[in-house]
Order: sequence, then C-alpha cells, then structure tokens
Amino acid sequence: MTCDRRAFLKIAAGGTLLTAFPNIAFAAPELLKKKGPRVVIVGAGFGGATCAKYLRLWSDKKIEVILVERSPTFISCPMSNTVLGGSRSMQDITHSYQALGKKYGAKLIRGEVLAIDPIKHTVNLAKGYLKYDRLVVAPGIDLLYDQVEGLSQKIADEQIPHAWKAGPQTALLRKQLEAMADGGVYLLSIPKAPYRCPPGPYERACQVAFYLKNHKPKSKVLILDANPDITSKKGLFLSAWNTLYPGMIEYRPNATVTAVNAATRSAKTEFEDVKADVLNIVPPMRAGKAADLAGAVNVDQRWCAVDFRTYESKAQPHVHIIGDAVAAGLPKSGHMATAQAKVTAAAIIELMNGRQPDPDPVVNNTCYSMVSDKEAMHVANVFRFNAEQQNMVAAEGGGVSEKFSEEEGSYAKYWAKNIWSDALR
Amino acid sequence: MKACAAVLFTIFITFPAAAEVDKRARSLAATCAACHGTDGKSVGGTAVLAGVDQALFIRQMLAFKSGQRKATVMHQHAKGYTDAEIEKMAAYFSAQQRGE
Repeated sequence: MTCDRRAFLKIAAGGTLLTAFPNIAFAAPELLKKKGPRVVIVGAGFGGATCAKYLRLWSDKKIEVILVERSPTFISCPMSNTVLGGSRSMQDITHSYQALGKKYGAKLIRGEVLAIDPIKHTVNLAKGYLKYDRLVVAPGIDLLYDQVEGLSQKIADEQIPHAWKAGPQTALLRKQLEAMADGGVYLLSIPKAPYRCPPGPYERACQVAFYLKNHKPKSKVLILDANPDITSKKGLFLSAWNTLYPGMIEYRPNATVTAVNAATRSAKTEFEDVKADVLNIVPPMRAGKAADLAGAVNVDQRWCAVDFRTYESKAQPHVHIIGDAVAAGLPKSGHMATAQAKVTAAAIIELMNGRQPDPDPVVNNTCYSMVSDKEAMHVANVFRFNAEQQNMVAAEGGGVSEKFSEEEGSYAKYWAKNIWSDALR
Repeated sequence: MKACAAVLFTIFITFPAAAEVDKRARSLAATCAACHGTDGKSVGGTAVLAGVDQALFIRQMLAFKSGQRKATVMHQHAKGYTDAEIEKMAAYFSAQQRGE
C-alpha cells in the first residue's frame, strides 16, 4: 500500500499563498511543463486506468499521458458485493496503480481536479495547472443525496451507507451487517434507472442473504425498488432468491425512498414508513463532478452525450467522456467503461496523428452476478455503432445465462482477475 | 551477453511488425481482453489467445456462433461478430507472443 503513494508524482507545493486561491489560473504554476503531444485523464477507475494504459501501449509511448486520481488505490466495484457476503475481503478488491507508471510510463498525479478550461485546454489542481491536447474525463458517478430527505454525504459515510462506490462505505455496511442481531431487517433501496451497474442491487440482495442465511437465518432482506420491476436478469434473480434464499428476500417494486431518518432508522416512501436495522439507501445518480467542470453534462442535467466513434463530448471539442457518465443505450458497467476506454484510446491516437478514427467501433459487455460464494450468472452483449442512429446498438446473439451455476461462478472470478489486470497491469 | 543479443533481436523483429499492425484487428481483439487478457495473454482461467493457431481460432468461433460448440457465454459473443471480423481477430492473436 505504501508503494502506491510513491507511484504518484510528488508535485512540489507552488506556495501557500497561491494554493489558497486555486481557481485563479494565472497565479498557479504549470505542473509538468508540456513538451510534446499529451493527453490528460481525469479519474482512474476502470475507464480512466484502461485508457491510460492503452494510449501508452498503442502510441508506442509517443503520447504523454497524465492520469489524475484522488484515491491512492483502485477499489473495484465489481466483486464488492461479495465483501458484504463475506467471501472476499476489502483487500481482495483493492489494487495498486503502480504498473501504469512503471510498466507503461503513464504519469500519475494524486489530487482533486478543481477547474477545467476546455477553451484554453487546462486542468487546475490545488498546486497548479496542466495543459493538454486532448482531455479524457472518466468521472464515474456522483450520488444525488438531495433527492432523499435526511440523507447527506456525511450521513452516508457514517450511518446510512450506499456503498455504491466500493471503499470505506463497503466496509461500513459489512460491519453493520455483522453487528445486526439475528431476526433483523436489512433494507436496500434502489433508485430509478439509469444507475451504475443495473444488476448490482439484485446481486447485493443475494450476497447479503448469503451472509444472513449462514449467520443470522431469522433475518430478512427487504428491497424497495423505485423501478416498476427488476431491471436486469429478472428470471435468474428470482430463481436465485427462491431456490437459495427461500422466504428471506421481499421485493417491492415502484417504491421510491424519498426520506430517511438516521435516528429512528426508518425510510419513507410514497406509501409507507419502513423501519430497518440496517439501512442501505442507494440514491439516484448522475455523471461525476469532473464532467460538469469540463462543461460536458448535456443530457437531463445528469449525463454526457458523446460521439460513439471517439467518445468526444457533443458539448466540448477535445474533451472525451467515458464510462458511467456517458448517456447511451449501453450498460453502465466496469467492463463497458474499459471497452469505451479502448475505442477512445485508438481514436485519440488517430486524431492526434491527423488520421480518421475507426468509423465502425465494436464493443462488448459481460456482466457476472455472484448469487452466493460460488455461483454466478451473466448477461452478455456485443454492441456495434449504427451510423444512421448515431448510437451503439446491441448486435444479434446477446443474452443471459440459462441458469446460475458454479461453472459460471468460476468464470466470474476469472473475469475479475483478467479485467483487473487488463485495466491496471 | 546472450540476453543482450536476444533483446536486440527482439527489438529488430518487433519494430517492423508494430508499424504494420492492422489497427482494426487490434481494436477487435481488444474487445476480448477483459476476459482473455491484454493481447490475449490470459492471467487465469480463460483460454490464452496469444499465439493461437489462426485456423483453430476461426473454427472454434464459428462453432460457438452456430451453436455446434456448447458454451456458457461464448456463443453470445461469437454471434455479435461477422466472419470477417473473426478472421481479423485470428490474425491478430496468432501474431502475439504467447507469454511474456
């Protein structure tokens, strides 16, 4: 873990007076003086990390890549539900950024982006600014706490975790489940689509039920879903709930949680007040803040429209948006973010060399859900660019598993191992 | 010394190869990497595609596509690609070094 800190470049302080006014660009120094072709990437999740690696790999290291990320390590959302189930630890889903620097020569800066000027092509951090030729913003999601009365970042961090970004809240939720008495109620609320990882909440219900079945069998999982029905792999999840956890999981559709009370541990919907021992409220979502800073949020004030051949923002030239922040008929998944990252890396290399990018990009997505410690199922699709619709369209043949199985549980684990490696090593 | 010679040799043979890379093939092959590893160099559990025999790769993919070879997920992916794209992937993977 301590090595990771060293993997990030240490940017010397530009003077305390200047950092007190981080948004005043003229006062801050240029960090890492730009000498040649350069791409700055904001956010090192699945999308940002993969884009950094492939830009270096496919440009034969001729394009300088600076990756800005606020977290010291990569914590994987995929497989984080198994931490709640108890079959993996936080350590198992935490990975180093080191190889991106050491093996591929990407420059990592640990820090928070404070401002982006898409006209001047600059990104401001606390200690100075970076110039870029092209900017990739891979901001992930932000949670809309203000849509649930009584909820805030602080309350989520300390009392009512969403745990929808793997990290300290995942550990907190696991701790709360461990502390819950047998016979308790775990409440999971799901926001209206689109949200990150469509099958994620239903997988989480399985993982929590897995833990409770083995340790607190009188307990219950209650799902309040703002959507009219299970949004992904419906038949498979119902089959998992009924056969593996009979009588444990109660599902209520069309139930939007509008308020919570941390003191009384209750949640309010249009129809009822529900008390629970562990509250896991997942608020509605939007593109992460860096997308706003880049001026790229232009769909429903939440998401970003892009050209799917390059992932260049429809609002800001030379700014590329990838991952969950993109408005598309594509699933918001880690796998999809890596796929978009590769299309973007290839396109940026062509554009920076004055050539046409691939006019017909193809991506795919495989999303496994672990329904116990050993069993899983998937949904898989190939998506192709449709020039007429200017959109990505599912190709023939995609679909879901016939049934959940241990065989697919093994494949899910291999998938995780390989995608972590493809993104980071 | 021997190691140095080997390194030099590798550099000389990979440079021209890198210049001729079929980028469309590379991008198509990269769509397999999440499960099969970067450039088909799987790090565990899934088939290593790097260095695969071209004809074998094409035969397997077409068998997945037709349903002749049973699979949990590969039949769904294979159907999403054209035969010409499968041939391009085969060419790319077969040209990759198996293992580092």
